[in-house]
Amino acid sequence: MIARLLPHPLLVLVLAGMWMVLTRFSLGNLMLGLGLAVFASWTMHALQPERVPTRSLRMLPRLAWTLFVDIIRSNIAVARLLLTEGSGCRRSSFLLIPVELRSPTGLAVLAIILTATPGTAWVEYVSETGTLVLHVFDGAESEHYLHVVNNVYVPMLQEIFE
Amino acid sequence: MSGLGTVPIWLSVVIAVFVVLGSTLTLIGAWGFLRLGSFYDRLHAPTLATSWGTGGIALASALLASWVQDRPILHELVVGFAVIATVPVTLMLLARASLHRDRMEKAAHLPPELLQASSDPEHTSQGAPSTSSE
Repeated sequence: MIARLLPHPLLVLVLAGMWMVLTRFSLGNLMLGLGLAVFASWTMHALQPERVPTRSLRMLPRLAWTLFVDIIRSNIAVARLLLTEGSGCRRSSFLLIPVELRSPTGLAVLAIILTATPGTAWVEYVSETGTLVLHVFDGAESEHYLHVVNNVYVPMLQEIFE
Repeated sequence: MSGLGTVPIWLSVVIAVFVVLGSTLTLIGAWGFLRLGSFYDRLHAPTLATSWGTGGIALASALLASWVQDRPILHELVVGFAVIATVPVTLMLLARASLHRDRMEKAAHLPPELLQASSDPEHTSQGAPSTSSE
Protein backbone atom coordinates (compact mmCIF):
# COMPACT_ATOMS: atom_id res chain seq x y z
CA MET A 1 0.00 0.00 0.00
CA ILE A 2 2.71 2.42 1.05
CA ALA A 3 4.77 1.36 -1.94
CA ARG A 4 1.84 2.12 -4.27
CA LEU A 5 1.19 5.53 -2.77
CA LEU A 6 4.85 6.48 -2.48
CA PRO A 7 6.80 4.75 -5.23
CA HIS A 8 9.87 6.94 -4.77
CA PRO A 9 10.07 7.99 -1.10
CA LEU A 10 13.57 9.46 -1.40
CA LEU A 11 12.50 11.59 -4.36
CA VAL A 12 9.53 12.89 -2.35
CA LEU A 13 11.81 13.84 0.54
CA VAL A 14 14.33 15.59 -1.69
CA LEU A 15 11.70 17.48 -3.68
CA ALA A 16 9.81 18.56 -0.57
CA GLY A 17 13.10 19.64 0.99
CA MET A 18 13.90 21.66 -2.10
CA TRP A 19 10.48 23.31 -1.98
CA MET A 20 11.10 24.33 1.63
CA VAL A 21 14.50 25.72 0.71
CA LEU A 22 13.02 27.80 -2.10
CA THR A 23 10.13 29.23 -0.10
CA ARG A 24 9.65 30.71 3.34
CA PHE A 25 8.99 28.06 5.94
CA SER A 26 5.33 27.72 6.86
CA LEU A 27 2.87 24.89 7.41
CA GLY A 28 1.07 25.77 4.17
CA ASN A 29 4.27 25.62 2.18
CA LEU A 30 5.20 22.30 3.78
CA MET A 31 1.86 20.78 2.76
CA LEU A 32 2.00 22.29 -0.73
CA GLY A 33 5.58 21.08 -1.18
CA LEU A 34 4.75 17.58 0.04
CA GLY A 35 1.71 17.43 -2.24
CA LEU A 36 3.70 18.52 -5.26
CA ALA A 37 6.50 16.08 -4.40
CA VAL A 38 4.11 13.14 -4.12
CA PHE A 39 2.50 14.12 -7.42
CA ALA A 40 5.94 14.35 -9.04
CA SER A 41 6.85 10.91 -7.70
CA TRP A 42 3.72 9.45 -9.36
CA THR A 43 4.83 11.04 -12.63
CA MET A 44 8.28 9.55 -12.11
CA HIS A 45 6.67 6.18 -11.44
CA ALA A 46 4.76 6.41 -14.73
CA LEU A 47 8.00 7.19 -16.58
CA GLN A 48 10.19 4.66 -14.82
CA PRO A 49 8.22 1.98 -12.94
CA GLU A 50 11.17 0.21 -11.30
CA ARG A 51 12.66 1.81 -8.23
CA VAL A 52 16.25 2.88 -8.34
CA PRO A 53 17.97 0.48 -5.98
CA THR A 54 20.20 2.20 -3.48
CA ARG A 55 22.13 -0.20 -1.34
CA SER A 56 23.90 2.18 0.95
CA LEU A 57 23.93 5.94 1.12
CA ARG A 58 26.72 6.11 3.68
CA MET A 59 29.25 6.69 0.91
CA LEU A 60 27.42 9.74 -0.42
CA PRO A 61 29.15 12.44 1.68
CA ARG A 62 32.58 11.03 0.82
CA LEU A 63 31.67 10.91 -2.86
CA ALA A 64 30.46 14.52 -2.76
CA TRP A 65 33.63 15.66 -0.99
CA THR A 66 35.95 13.79 -3.39
CA LEU A 67 34.10 15.32 -6.32
CA PHE A 68 34.25 18.79 -4.78
CA VAL A 69 38.03 18.61 -4.33
CA ASP A 70 38.49 17.09 -7.79
CA ILE A 71 36.46 19.82 -9.47
CA ILE A 72 38.54 22.56 -7.82
CA ARG A 73 41.80 20.85 -8.77
CA SER A 74 40.85 20.23 -12.38
CA ASN A 75 39.42 23.75 -12.75
CA ILE A 76 42.86 25.11 -11.90
CA ALA A 77 44.61 22.60 -14.16
CA VAL A 78 42.42 23.23 -17.20
CA ALA A 79 42.41 27.02 -16.72
CA ARG A 80 46.22 26.96 -16.66
CA LEU A 81 46.37 24.79 -19.76
CA LEU A 82 43.96 27.09 -21.61
CA LEU A 83 45.97 30.18 -20.70
CA THR A 84 49.23 28.63 -21.86
CA GLU A 85 47.61 27.09 -24.93
CA GLY A 86 50.00 27.10 -27.87
CA SER A 87 53.20 27.42 -25.85
CA GLY A 88 53.04 24.09 -24.02
CA CYS A 89 53.06 20.62 -25.45
CA ARG A 90 49.58 19.56 -24.38
CA ARG A 91 48.10 16.73 -26.42
CA SER A 92 44.56 15.60 -25.84
CA SER A 93 43.76 11.93 -26.27
CA PHE A 94 41.01 9.37 -26.18
CA LEU A 95 41.02 7.01 -23.25
CA LEU A 96 39.31 3.62 -23.20
CA ILE A 97 38.48 2.47 -19.69
CA PRO A 98 36.93 -0.90 -18.85
CA VAL A 99 34.53 -0.23 -15.98
CA GLU A 100 32.92 -2.80 -13.73
CA LEU A 101 29.92 -0.64 -13.00
CA ARG A 102 26.70 -1.95 -14.59
CA SER A 103 23.93 -0.07 -12.81
CA PRO A 104 22.35 2.46 -15.22
CA THR A 105 21.87 4.97 -12.42
CA GLY A 106 25.45 4.50 -11.29
CA LEU A 107 26.66 5.10 -14.84
CA ALA A 108 24.49 8.20 -15.11
CA VAL A 109 26.04 9.56 -11.92
CA LEU A 110 29.51 8.69 -13.23
CA ALA A 111 28.68 10.65 -16.40
CA ILE A 112 27.71 13.67 -14.30
CA ILE A 113 30.91 13.34 -12.25
CA LEU A 114 33.19 13.09 -15.28
CA THR A 115 31.47 15.91 -17.15
CA ALA A 116 31.34 18.21 -14.13
CA THR A 117 35.08 17.74 -13.74
CA PRO A 118 36.87 19.88 -16.35
CA GLY A 119 39.47 17.95 -18.32
CA THR A 120 37.42 14.84 -18.99
CA ALA A 121 34.55 14.50 -21.45
CA TRP A 122 32.34 11.45 -21.72
CA VAL A 123 32.29 10.27 -25.33
CA GLU A 124 30.49 6.95 -25.21
CA TYR A 125 29.83 3.83 -23.20
CA VAL A 126 29.65 0.48 -24.94
CA SER A 127 27.33 -1.61 -22.79
CA GLU A 128 28.23 -4.94 -24.50
CA THR A 129 31.86 -4.73 -23.39
CA GLY A 130 31.50 -2.31 -20.48
CA THR A 131 34.01 0.02 -22.07
CA LEU A 132 33.88 3.70 -21.34
CA VAL A 133 35.40 6.09 -23.86
CA LEU A 134 36.61 9.39 -22.46
CA HIS A 135 38.25 12.32 -24.14
CA VAL A 136 41.02 13.65 -21.95
CA PHE A 137 42.12 17.26 -22.39
CA ASP A 138 45.66 16.61 -21.19
CA GLY A 139 46.84 13.25 -22.51
CA ALA A 140 49.72 13.19 -20.02
CA GLU A 141 47.13 12.76 -17.26
CA SER A 142 45.63 9.59 -18.77
CA GLU A 143 47.13 7.32 -16.11
CA HIS A 144 45.74 9.55 -13.40
CA TYR A 145 42.20 9.45 -14.81
CA LEU A 146 42.36 5.70 -15.32
CA HIS A 147 43.22 5.37 -11.65
CA VAL A 148 40.62 7.90 -10.48
CA VAL A 149 37.74 6.31 -12.40
CA ASN A 150 38.47 2.69 -11.60
CA ASN A 151 39.86 2.97 -8.08
CA VAL A 152 38.03 5.97 -6.65
CA TYR A 153 34.67 6.66 -8.26
CA VAL A 154 33.57 3.24 -9.50
CA PRO A 155 33.99 1.49 -6.10
CA MET A 156 32.05 4.29 -4.40
CA LEU A 157 29.23 4.12 -6.94
CA GLN A 158 29.18 0.34 -6.71
CA GLU A 159 28.74 0.58 -2.97
CA ILE A 160 25.86 3.00 -3.41
CA PHE A 161 23.99 1.41 -6.31
CA GLU A 162 25.00 -2.25 -6.63
CA MET B 1 17.65 45.45 -2.72
CA SER B 2 17.62 47.94 0.12
CA GLY B 3 20.13 46.83 2.73
CA LEU B 4 23.24 46.79 0.52
CA GLY B 5 24.88 49.40 2.72
CA THR B 6 24.72 47.09 5.72
CA VAL B 7 27.00 44.47 4.17
CA PRO B 8 30.23 44.47 6.21
CA ILE B 9 33.56 44.82 4.48
CA TRP B 10 34.76 41.26 5.15
CA LEU B 11 31.64 39.83 3.52
CA SER B 12 31.98 42.21 0.56
CA VAL B 13 35.50 40.91 0.02
CA VAL B 14 34.39 37.28 0.14
CA ILE B 15 31.53 37.97 -2.28
CA ALA B 16 33.81 39.92 -4.61
CA VAL B 17 36.35 37.08 -4.63
CA PHE B 18 33.65 34.58 -5.62
CA VAL B 19 32.24 36.86 -8.34
CA VAL B 20 35.68 37.53 -9.83
CA LEU B 21 36.61 33.84 -9.60
CA GLY B 22 33.43 32.72 -11.33
CA SER B 23 33.51 35.31 -14.07
CA THR B 24 37.24 34.84 -14.70
CA LEU B 25 36.84 31.10 -15.09
CA THR B 26 33.89 31.65 -17.44
CA LEU B 27 36.01 34.10 -19.47
CA ILE B 28 38.92 31.65 -19.65
CA GLY B 29 36.50 28.95 -20.77
CA ALA B 30 35.08 31.18 -23.49
CA TRP B 31 38.59 32.19 -24.57
CA GLY B 32 39.61 28.56 -24.81
CA PHE B 33 36.45 27.73 -26.69
CA LEU B 34 37.44 30.34 -29.26
CA ARG B 35 41.06 29.29 -29.59
CA LEU B 36 41.09 25.50 -29.40
CA GLY B 37 41.52 23.69 -32.67
CA SER B 38 39.61 20.43 -32.55
CA PHE B 39 36.00 19.71 -31.75
CA TYR B 40 36.80 17.30 -28.92
CA ASP B 41 39.14 19.83 -27.30
CA ARG B 42 36.43 22.46 -27.44
CA LEU B 43 34.16 20.16 -25.41
CA HIS B 44 36.39 20.80 -22.39
CA ALA B 45 36.48 24.61 -22.36
CA PRO B 46 32.85 25.31 -21.37
CA THR B 47 33.07 22.90 -18.43
CA LEU B 48 35.06 25.63 -16.65
CA ALA B 49 32.01 27.86 -16.91
CA THR B 50 29.59 25.14 -15.85
CA SER B 51 31.56 24.07 -12.78
CA TRP B 52 33.27 26.83 -10.79
CA GLY B 53 32.20 29.56 -13.19
CA THR B 54 28.58 28.99 -12.26
CA GLY B 55 29.51 27.87 -8.76
CA GLY B 56 31.44 31.00 -7.86
CA ILE B 57 28.77 33.40 -9.08
CA ALA B 58 25.98 31.34 -7.47
CA LEU B 59 27.80 31.25 -4.11
CA ALA B 60 28.38 34.99 -4.21
CA SER B 61 24.74 35.62 -5.02
CA ALA B 62 23.57 33.28 -2.24
CA LEU B 63 25.83 34.96 0.32
CA LEU B 64 24.74 38.47 -0.60
CA ALA B 65 21.03 37.62 -0.73
CA SER B 66 21.21 35.76 2.58
CA TRP B 67 22.80 38.75 4.29
CA VAL B 68 20.45 41.34 2.81
CA GLN B 69 17.28 39.35 3.46
CA ASP B 70 18.46 38.07 6.83
CA ARG B 71 17.60 34.41 6.14
CA PRO B 72 19.43 31.66 4.25
CA ILE B 73 18.76 32.00 0.52
CA LEU B 74 19.69 28.76 -1.20
CA HIS B 75 17.99 29.17 -4.58
CA GLU B 76 21.38 29.57 -6.25
CA LEU B 77 22.57 26.20 -4.98
CA VAL B 78 19.58 24.60 -6.70
CA VAL B 79 20.56 26.44 -9.88
CA GLY B 80 24.12 25.14 -9.56
CA PHE B 81 22.92 21.60 -8.97
CA ALA B 82 20.57 21.76 -11.97
CA VAL B 83 23.38 23.02 -14.20
CA ILE B 84 25.77 20.27 -13.07
CA ALA B 85 23.14 17.55 -13.46
CA THR B 86 21.98 18.57 -16.94
CA VAL B 87 25.23 19.59 -18.65
CA PRO B 88 26.27 15.97 -19.35
CA VAL B 89 23.17 15.47 -21.50
CA THR B 90 24.21 18.26 -23.86
CA LEU B 91 27.90 17.43 -23.91
CA MET B 92 27.31 13.70 -24.42
CA LEU B 93 24.90 14.43 -27.25
CA LEU B 94 27.49 16.64 -28.98
CA ALA B 95 30.37 14.22 -28.38
CA ARG B 96 28.46 11.19 -29.61
CA ALA B 97 27.16 13.00 -32.69
CA SER B 98 30.72 14.00 -33.51
CA LEU B 99 32.02 10.48 -32.91
CA HIS B 100 29.32 9.04 -35.15
CA ARG B 101 30.23 11.44 -37.92
CA ASP B 102 33.96 10.77 -37.54
CA ARG B 103 33.30 7.04 -37.79
CA MET B 104 31.26 7.46 -40.94
CA GLU B 105 34.04 9.54 -42.45
CA LYS B 106 36.82 7.30 -41.04
CA ALA B 107 38.47 10.39 -39.61
CA ALA B 108 42.24 10.16 -39.19
CA HIS B 109 42.31 11.70 -35.72
CA LEU B 110 40.28 8.88 -34.19
CA PRO B 111 42.38 6.13 -32.63
CA PRO B 112 41.97 2.84 -34.53
CA GLU B 113 40.26 1.04 -31.65
CA LEU B 114 37.47 3.60 -31.79
CA LEU B 115 37.04 3.31 -35.54
CA GLN B 116 36.69 -0.45 -35.25
CA ALA B 117 33.61 -0.31 -33.07
CA SER B 118 31.44 0.70 -36.00
CA SER B 119 33.14 -1.47 -38.61
CA ASP B 120 31.80 -4.50 -36.75
CA PRO B 121 29.31 -5.89 -39.33
CA GLU B 122 26.86 -6.85 -36.62
CA HIS B 123 26.28 -3.26 -35.66
CA THR B 124 26.70 -1.16 -38.77
CA SER B 125 23.14 -1.73 -39.88
CA GLN B 126 21.86 -0.24 -36.64
CA GLY B 127 24.04 2.84 -36.77
CA ALA B 128 25.70 3.63 -33.47
CA PRO B 129 26.83 0.43 -31.78
CA SER B 130 26.67 1.67 -28.27
CA THR B 131 24.12 2.60 -25.72
CA SER B 132 24.83 5.19 -23.15
CA SER B 133 23.46 5.38 -19.68
CA GLU B 134 21.25 8.29 -20.51
